[in-house]
Amino acid sequence: MNPILVGPLAVAGISTVLALIIAVLDKLLNNYGEVEISINGGEKKLKVKGGMPLLHTLAAENIFVPSACGGRGTCGACKCKVITDVGPHLPTEMPFMSQREIEGHIHLACQVKVRKNLEIELPRELFSIKKYKCHVEKIHNLTHDIKEVRFALDEGEIDFVSGQYVQLVVPPYGEIKESVQRAYSMSSVPSDTKHVELLIRLVPGGIATTYVHKFLKEGDAVELVGPFGEFRVHDTPAAMICVAGGSGMAPFKSIFYSLHETGAFPEKEIWYFFGARTSKDMFYLDALRELEATWPRFHFVAALSEPSPEEHWQGEAGLITEVLDRYLQTKVPKDTRGWEGYLCGSPGMINACINVMKKNGIAEDRIYYDKFA
Amino acid sequence: MIDAPNVGLISLFLASILTSNVLLANFLGTCSFISISKDFKSSMGLGIAVTLVIGITAAVCWVVLHYVIEPLGIEYLSFIIFIIVIAGVVQMLEMIIDRFSPALYMALGIFLPLITVNCAVLGVILFMQIRKYNFPQAVVFGFGSGAGWWLAIMLLASIRKKLDANNAVPAGLKGTGITLITIGFMAMAFVGFSGMIAVQ
Repeated sequence: MNPILVGPLAVAGISTVLALIIAVLDKLLNNYGEVEISINGGEKKLKVKGGMPLLHTLAAENIFVPSACGGRGTCGACKCKVITDVGPHLPTEMPFMSQREIEGHIHLACQVKVRKNLEIELPRELFSIKKYKCHVEKIHNLTHDIKEVRFALDEGEIDFVSGQYVQLVVPPYGEIKESVQRAYSMSSVPSDTKHVELLIRLVPGGIATTYVHKFLKEGDAVELVGPFGEFRVHDTPAAMICVAGGSGMAPFKSIFYSLHETGAFPEKEIWYFFGARTSKDMFYLDALRELEATWPRFHFVAALSEPSPEEHWQGEAGLITEVLDRYLQTKVPKDTRGWEGYLCGSPGMINACINVMKKNGIAEDRIYYDKFA
Repeated sequence: MIDAPNVGLISLFLASILTSNVLLANFLGTCSFISISKDFKSSMGLGIAVTLVIGITAAVCWVVLHYVIEPLGIEYLSFIIFIIVIAGVVQMLEMIIDRFSPALYMALGIFLPLITVNCAVLGVILFMQIRKYNFPQAVVFGFGSGAGWWLAIMLLASIRKKLDANNAVPAGLKGTGITLITIGFMAMAFVGFSGMIAVQ
């Protein structure tokens, strides 16, 4: 035989044999039979096939523990309590665990392999997290780079709190060979249980946003997983100081229209600061001004950081942090009920706003935000 | 094929632990030796894992060497083939231990996959090839070398424990510095064994 071929063929042959043996061993050894997972003291019992990580086993049973990395052990989001002794924490789990969590049997669901009957505890909200099949009802261009996408659920109803987010399942397309999930805050109101609306800004090079802006059409079928998140209106009399930029508008749109609709938390004053660069980046301006005119406790401040003279801009000018600082010092009434901060936008904007809020006397533990990097 | 060196199995075993200790005579596998030896328990886990892996891969590689590489005349590819075989065997070993002894699996933890890239493993297999051991010799030499590595890391871990307890080490030498000096002394001590048994 050709001596040039012998070497590569031999290496390929040995690799193949090893791979085959590994595949066969995996089939034989990773077979743990049927095991039972008991959740929250037997409230829910699942009969599952053993051998897979807990995260994926639960997902197969339609219980979606939040995970940003998809089970690679790099995000630390999928924490849950495993009461059954599954041995010490793995080195891959340690960077995400505090001493208290280690003693409290908290594990990363993606790093716990289901080998035997397990007893675990999960937050009850997770049971309402589902995968929703839906189709795109309407895509509307809000600005040159932000789209308002309205999805209609094909079946069932979604039960969520204003401020929560869903994960959009992006199928493989073009050069992208693997399905990915990305989180977007819902801008629709919870009373509309048959629809979900998201505001999606095009991020150059972003897998999901490119898909939405360049590929997604009205009528397309997609999947949403949710709802997730702790961002929501807190039940105190304190005034809400809300700051957003760009597609950070989404959770606030849901929160304001929902509060307006239900009249919940009637004591709360609401101040909403929305920043954009030029009037090209501004949207929902008329709708929010109309809401302000008809709803006494709602105050809307729109600011452009670079208004050009020919635009005849009628609102505030300057960086949103400067406008916020000015208003907190002079315009927003200080009373005994105090202030709470609500932020949604880029990490840079959020950090800058936290500094301004702290400077103006809002305690850090009363500033709430979801940071999507 | 059978021109194996005329060495008894027991003397080969003792020699691979003492006179030609893979770590202290050949300085192979030093990186994990230094980084893991600060902790007694981890040293134990890594020592067991290295012994198992070297012993088993030496046997498997001997078979591959004599029944695939030599008949095909592809000795120039032996490095690549040995590395592939080591990686595959470690993978299988991990699955088997995971299934049959979860306790040992937990104790070995991350060390088992890490050994794939430990140069002591490849080093022992290449010695086996150069010295033309026969099959029983290869297996004994593999396990012996692993045991030698294990012994060395346990010794170093104990010494480091004593050093840390005394707190007499100057600040600039703490950690890797004093460890390297300690390894040097240990290697000199092991030179004392040479001449007892000759296997080269």
